[in-house]
Formats: sequence, C-alpha cells, structure tokens
Amino acid sequence: MPTIRVFDPAMCCSTGVCGPTSDPELARFAADVDWLQKQGVTVERFNLSSQPGAFAETAAVKEALARGTDVLPLVLVDDRIAVEGAYPSRETLAALAGVVFRKLPTTAGSATSGCCGPATGDRPKTSCC
Amino acid sequence: MSALLGLGALLDRAPRHLFFTGKGGVGKTSVACATAIALADRGRRVLLVSTDPASNLDEVLGTSLGPTPTPIASVAGLSALNLDPEEAARGYRERMVGPYRGVLPDAAIRSIEEQLSGACTVEIAAFDEFSKLLGDPRASEGFDHVVFDTAPTGHTLRLLELPAAWTGFLEGNVGGTSCLGPLAGLSAQQALYAASRAALTDAQATALVLVTRAERSALVEAERTRRELAELGVTRQELVQNGLFTATDRADRIATELEARGARALADMPAGLAELPQTRIPLLPFGLVGVPALRALLASSAPSACVDVAPREPAPVLPPLSDLLPELARAGRGVVFTMGKGGVGKTTVAVTIAVELARRGMAVHLTTTDPAAHVQAALGAPVPGLRVTRIDPEVETAAYRDEVLCTSGAGLDAAGRALLEEDLRSPCTEEVAVFRAFARVVAEGQHELVVIDTAPTGHTLLLLDAAESYHREVLRTRGTAPDEVRALLPRLRDPGYTRVLLVTLAEATPVHEAAALARDLERAGIQPYAWVVNQSLTPLAVSDPVLQERRASEARYLREVAALSPRVALVPWTAAGREDVAPATAAS
Repeated sequence: MPTIRVFDPAMCCSTGVCGPTSDPELARFAADVDWLQKQGVTVERFNLSSQPGAFAETAAVKEALARGTDVLPLVLVDDRIAVEGAYPSRETLAALAGVVFRKLPTTAGSATSGCCGPATGDRPKTSCC
Repeated sequence: MSALLGLGALLDRAPRHLFFTGKGGVGKTSVACATAIALADRGRRVLLVSTDPASNLDEVLGTSLGPTPTPIASVAGLSALNLDPEEAARGYRERMVGPYRGVLPDAAIRSIEEQLSGACTVEIAAFDEFSKLLGDPRASEGFDHVVFDTAPTGHTLRLLELPAAWTGFLEGNVGGTSCLGPLAGLSAQQALYAASRAALTDAQATALVLVTRAERSALVEAERTRRELAELGVTRQELVQNGLFTATDRADRIATELEARGARALADMPAGLAELPQTRIPLLPFGLVGVPALRALLASSAPSACVDVAPREPAPVLPPLSDLLPELARAGRGVVFTMGKGGVGKTTVAVTIAVELARRGMAVHLTTTDPAAHVQAALGAPVPGLRVTRIDPEVETAAYRDEVLCTSGAGLDAAGRALLEEDLRSPCTEEVAVFRAFARVVAEGQHELVVIDTAPTGHTLLLLDAAESYHREVLRTRGTAPDEVRALLPRLRDPGYTRVLLVTLAEATPVHEAAALARDLERAGIQPYAWVVNQSLTPLAVSDPVLQERRASEARYLREVAALSPRVALVPWTAAGREDVAPATAAS
C-alpha cells in the first residue's frame, strides 16, 4: 500500500478553525484524512508554518514550491506528486491509496440530523442546534 | 509600623518564585519592584521579571531592560528582564524560519512568517519564555529568587492557566493531528510545561501575592484570581493592600471621603481574601518611580518627606469632559474607544460619555471587552436611548464554535466532527471569537454611536495587532470572512468613523503608557482623537498634607499631556472614584 503525504500551505491547524475565517474545505479534508488512516493507510500531513523542514527535504515539493506557494496543498503518493493546489475528495484519496470507498448511509445520515449533526450531549444546546 | 510586618514576614520566608498579580492600577509593579529591592538589600540575588506587554519596568527602575537579565546599577544583587510577547514571538519566528532562508523559496518563507504573526503566536511564544524561567532551573541559575511582575489580571490568568490547559491538552490529543496553534513544534516541550506547572503549584517553591487597593472592583478581581488559581493548585497566597489612606486633616472633606470609601470597601472584603496573610501599605504622597521611592514604599516608617520633588510650576487649566461631547454628538454615528492603562477609569469615562450622549437624545450603544468591567451594575437604572452590551469571551467562543460546527461541520461524519471539535478546543479559538465580536461591534457604528470600553492596554495591543495580521490574512484566505471583519481596519483608521480617547491619571506611569499606546496606534495608522485626564485633584481645594502633595505632583503630568495632544479634557476626582460610576456627577 502506498504512503500518502500531504503538504499544506502555512496555516494554524489542520482544520483551519484557528484562522480568521473557517474554511469548510479544510474541515472536510481533515475528516477524509482521518477516514483514510482508519482504512490502514499511512497518511502524513506537513504544515509549512510548523514543519518547513519536511518541505525542504522532499525534492519534488521543493521543486514545485519554486513556482510559488499557490501549488500548495500538494498530495504525494510515495514520492510522486498526485494532486496540486487542491484538496482531493475522499473518493480520489481512496483511489490514490488503492482502497475501496463505498458511500455509506452514515454520510447521508448527517444531512437528516440538521445543520449541527449528531448531538454531542456534553455541551449545552444553543440557538443554532 | 505593625502593618508592614506582613510583607517583612513574606520577605523572611520568601520562596524561590514570587508572583504579584492584581487589577490594573493597583500598584503590582511598584510592590513587586519594592519587594525585589528589599530582598536584594538583604543580600539575596534576585531576578525581577515583567511579563506585561505594556511593561513600564524600565521607567520604574531607571534602567533599559531586554529579554535577558540586566543588572540594576543602583541595587546590588538585583537584575531584571522584560518578557515582551512581541519580542518573544519575533524570536520564535526567527528560530522557525531562519534555518530555511535560502533553502525554501522567498514566497514560502514569507507565508510562514505571516502565519506566525497572529495573536496566538504572540501569546504562546510569551508563555514559552515564561515557562522556561519557571520550568527550567538553568534559566534562572545564579539567582536565589525570581520575582514576577505579571501582566494585568485577565492576561495573567491566561498565562498562569496555560500550563494546566496545555498539559491537559497535549495529553488528551489522541489524534496527533490536532490544532496546537501555529506552535505545533512546542509539543516537544511537554516536559518543560509539566515542570512549570509543578513549580507553580509547589508551596515550597512559589507564593502568589495578590495586590489590591481599598476599592471594590480591585478586591472583587483579587478574589476571583485567588479562587481560580487556588483551583489550579496555587495554594500559597498572600494579600497586599496598597495605597491605604487615612486623613490627617479631618476638615478636608475630600480626604475624609477618600478614607471612608476605602474603609467601606475593606469592610466588604470577600471572606476568601480576609483569610489570607495581610500586608498594608499606606498611600504615599509621591509617585513610585525610581529606586529611592521604591525603597521608601517598604520602609519601616511612613515617609514624611517627598522623595520625588516635582517642580512647583502651576498646572495648566484643562477643559472638562463635557467640552468633547458636542463634536461626538455631531458625528452621530461611528465608534468611540476609551483606552489606557488598567485602573485609570476607562469604564467610568466610557459610561459618562455614553450616558451624556444618550441624554442628548442620541441612540448610543455602550459595550465592553474588559472582563473585569461591570458596566451594567455601575449604571444602575436604565437610561433611555442607551443600550449596554458586553463582549464575553466565553459566550463568544461558544457561539463561534457552534457557527463553525454548523458551517464547516455540516456534512461531516461523526469522526470528522470529533476532529473539528477537538481543534475548536484550542487556545486560539477564543482569540478568533473575541476578534470577530469586536469587528461586529465596530461595524454597528454605521447605524448608531458605539462607545467601547476596551480591555487593558496590553490586551488591546494584541487585539489591534491581530487586526493588522488578520487584515492581511482575510484578503487571501478562501474561507468566508464576514464583511465586518474585512472592513475593520479601514474603519479603525478612518478619523471620521473612529475616535480614540486615551484615558490617564495625572501620574507618571499611566501618562507614559498612554503615550506609548498613542505611538503604537499611530504606527497602525490610527490617530488618537483626544486625551482624558481622569480623577484629578488639581481643580479641587484640598488641605490634607498627603493629598496636597499629590495634587502638586499632578502639574508636571498635566503639562506633559497638554504638550502631547491639542485636545485634552479633565475629570475632577470624585468620591465615587475610578470604578463606581455616578452619571449624576458627570461633567455638566
């Protein structure tokens, strides 16, 4: 099974919630990476602002960066760049890693439980939920 | 003087670490410096540390300080350093980025630097420095005592709470991918954080000294700090009552009112504070700047002569606060900020202005970002036309968390949501949430006049710095920034929209800190509108010798303020003081 490596642009955290604006794309991708790891795939994520060393040491990444930071995020399958400048979908990730992806009813389930998804219980309900 | 024996006893058995904390303006810096000097005078080797972003330790000690210990020439055995959070963040940024200059392309280096310039980097980098001093004995090698003159209380609490929060956070971080802010590399320092936390809660090693004045809000704040830190395991605590005043001239009505007000506040002292070992320090007739004045603070007898003799030139005549109102009323909309050092009475001035403008028939929105403020309570009865709100960090954080879960979290499966929720528990979230609330309130100035009573200086600076870096950030991220966030900095820079009132007392430190704040604002492209000198004795007739001396010492600072700004207003001292707002006595 190949190793997937994700090289993120400089950011605060993997879901992006610490930034001035919350990017739903980042939260979605963080969840997809988590899913892929649970399928037994080795997925590593590197953040330019906290792990610049990994960018400098990976030849393909360093080369791509010479064209500007817009090439980020980069997704590498082993040492080869597979996706550039975008976060791939769960389907694409699964294909790159060679694992089976099947749309499960749980994904649709979250739509029926409203905007806030399954209740977490330990937190007081607010106007939105 | 038996009252001073308390601190004498503290000096006798002083542990390695001493922390001084309290509401802004109570005299933490003075008392911490005086204690450090007294310990050094006893032959101990002492390191004095300021963690206040707006530290005035340089001025108080007459020595220019930096991030490493500098010996204080006039006090054998005493060294001091200043942990400037901005400086700490710069240092951290350089450690992260330095090795990759010339290795990675310039654009990549720039984007790292930008990411590491936000408020949470500043906060956490400062904490990291602080943690080194506390958790690594080598950092304070060669000293018998480390005396921390901590930042204003809200900030202090965050700083002191962090070792517990972070230790728990790192332990609980099962996924390993979660958000540690921009300092993910710091998880390697877990052992250091654990050691700092152990040092903080070790009664043999650490004492917390709560400094207060005989004022209700200062006592309430001290009690809150006592309880919160006791819950975090900081159990060895003492109380210093600073600036106690006893009228010697019973015919001086202002003197007897001042004394009575102090006595009332102390009579209502929260029970938890009353149980602590107490030290009482009298109000001195002079400002506490310079080593001789600081030695006098803890001297065995109350000083009889003025140490810091002010030149006896007449004070300039300054107009009352009411002179500022017509122009503010004419604007009708926009934002009025009160800013300044903690304890100068920003809340009083903000409330007075809001109430007076509402009485002129305007729609006024009064709001506060100061966790210690109690605007609503101070106001008493509702005033027609005046709406009062508060930016509560906890409420804002909860609302922001929900909003993110509703937008970014929509459509995620349970595992994805758990990951998102874990990131939302990071220390950065509150900063982001408060910032957004701040931007929202400023935006309301489009429709009504908004009066904002801001947090103490240090935090305000972080907030404005956040505005600057967020401004850059917002323009390039893909997420959906609310319009008010995009418009914030341009609004703050528009003199027709934003009017900043710098509030000060006629004393050295508040004036000089406000002047430093004015320079920072100007650098950020924000021109302060006016200065307000609060609680001045100058326009009043006093006969009590201590008050006469203090009144005389105001003149030089009034001249200084008048030279700094063409628009200055003066608020006379009132028995209601700096905290208990009495709109009825506001400038007529």
